[in-house]
Amino acid sequence: MAEQKGFNIRRQTGFATLAVACFVLLYLPILLLVAYSFNSGSSIAIWEGFSWRWYQSAWENELVQEATVRSLVIAVWASLISTTVAVLAALATTRTRKFRGQGAVFAMINQPLMVPEIVTAVALLIFFAMIKVATGYSGLLYLVIAHSAFCIPFAYLPIRARLQGMDLSLEQAAADLYATPFQAFRRITLPQLWPGILAGAMLAFVISLDDVVITEFVKSAGQDTLPTYMLGQLRRVITPEINAISTVLIGISVTMVIGFTLLSKIRN
Amino acid sequence: MADLSQREARRVSRVRWMLLAPALVLLVFAASGPLLITLVYSFLTAGDYGGVEWSLSSDAWFNVFMQRDIFDDTLGFSDAHLSIFWRSVKLSLMTTLACIFFGFPTAYFIATRPKKQRDFWMLLIIIPFWTNLLIRTFAIVELIRNEGTVNTVLMALGVIDEPIQMLYTEFSIAVGMVYVYLPLMVLPLYASMERLDFSLVEAGYDLYATRLKVLRRVILPLVKPGVIAGSILVFVPSLGAYVTPRVLGGGNQLMLGNLIELQFGQGRNWPLGAALSITLLAIVMVALLTYVRAVGNEEVKHG
Repeated sequence: MAEQKGFNIRRQTGFATLAVACFVLLYLPILLLVAYSFNSGSSIAIWEGFSWRWYQSAWENELVQEATVRSLVIAVWASLISTTVAVLAALATTRTRKFRGQGAVFAMINQPLMVPEIVTAVALLIFFAMIKVATGYSGLLYLVIAHSAFCIPFAYLPIRARLQGMDLSLEQAAADLYATPFQAFRRITLPQLWPGILAGAMLAFVISLDDVVITEFVKSAGQDTLPTYMLGQLRRVITPEINAISTVLIGISVTMVIGFTLLSKIRN
Repeated sequence: MADLSQREARRVSRVRWMLLAPALVLLVFAASGPLLITLVYSFLTAGDYGGVEWSLSSDAWFNVFMQRDIFDDTLGFSDAHLSIFWRSVKLSLMTTLACIFFGFPTAYFIATRPKKQRDFWMLLIIIPFWTNLLIRTFAIVELIRNEGTVNTVLMALGVIDEPIQMLYTEFSIAVGMVYVYLPLMVLPLYASMERLDFSLVEAGYDLYATRLKVLRRVILPLVKPGVIAGSILVFVPSLGAYVTPRVLGGGNQLMLGNLIELQFGQGRNWPLGAALSITLLAIVMVALLTYVRAVGNEEVKHG
């Protein structure tokens, strides 16, 4: 093949074109959505000039304000709870020999990833409806618990990955120097594990903030989060206000993903 | 001595389960427990205003695929349900194929970039994946609705006089699902292509294979586990999709997820909703098991 100058064995006809098309198709709709959030007119297809008008109107919309606060409260609690229990679970299941019930434990932790969201949503609707009747309580706690549960695998995976990559010798040295297991954990393991914990918490936060299906089924009347509020607005005339809210949420997701990527690159 | 090590083993086991307890309690309470209750509900009688009455009944399971004629009481297949099942499977398969068509070249393109650039390209795939699914679906709505970008541009160019109705069709659901699930195809494909040994590709060319032949006979067999993984990752959420068909199908083009929701809203038939949910879960589990089998066999063959 030497006589064929510049023959690239890695090239496949048309693949680069399709790949570029793929990237354009992935980003064009999102970019248009973001662009029209700055439209001074009320159309989402005809550009009439730049303005912050829709951001202001979203900011002043009381329903949006309440939904934002609710979304943040749930996401903060859900990421705190799921990350805490995920750290403990990761410590129990990583760097250990096979134990009885290991398969069942992994199946349970990963259940939210494998069971379709609509099935979990329906199951929670049924179960929480029973509790609501029995206790009369219909507050935000149901959403916090539901979100905490389905965020567990997302928090667990990066923490476990970090633990698996960690050097055992330091902890052994600590044990040799008569550190208690808790001291060894706090002074040796935790400082090394920190980037994994933070990455897990960020993933859990984004997953909770973005959830539509489970929230839609679990929430009581008047408990809209930002995504369910937006879903409810779809039946009405669409204004760029929705684009403005979307743009803010996209901004949060992008920041979190980039932060997550950087955190996973920190070496042990 | 044996006694001491046994006691130590018991202590380790106790600590392990104590550490696992909070996560397991939370998951039993808000994941696996409710799933079991759903299974129980599917065998109960529907209440008149939603909910259930606590008497056993197989009506819900019977109604998943069958129905009794209101007038002459004859048995027949439930056409409405079957057509929704069929649409769900059809659209999910179409989505999977379209994702392979776009995802395969894209993953290959990224895997053949210089090593330093690959992380950047993968970040471009991951960002949309972590962007709210509702927002991405919404971006498609704004693009293809009658007064949306595509129709506005085409009319301004004089290509069409009247807007083309794209929203609220099966086509729009398929477009939306390809759009939202495409990253799920690219991720595993890229993982298997990154490890591709290009000396085998070179050997293929040395033996006078054409590019197409190298693709079909060398590359494709090597990245098959990636293709299977990607297909399952796209097919499973497509089958259970709820938001995308609700937003892009507009209530006319129901998929399984919407049929399930209907039983808890207007339908007021919770047991049927529960039975449909378990049916969906069963199909998904079969798909996942097939995948585990297929990948397992591949590993044995190549191992």
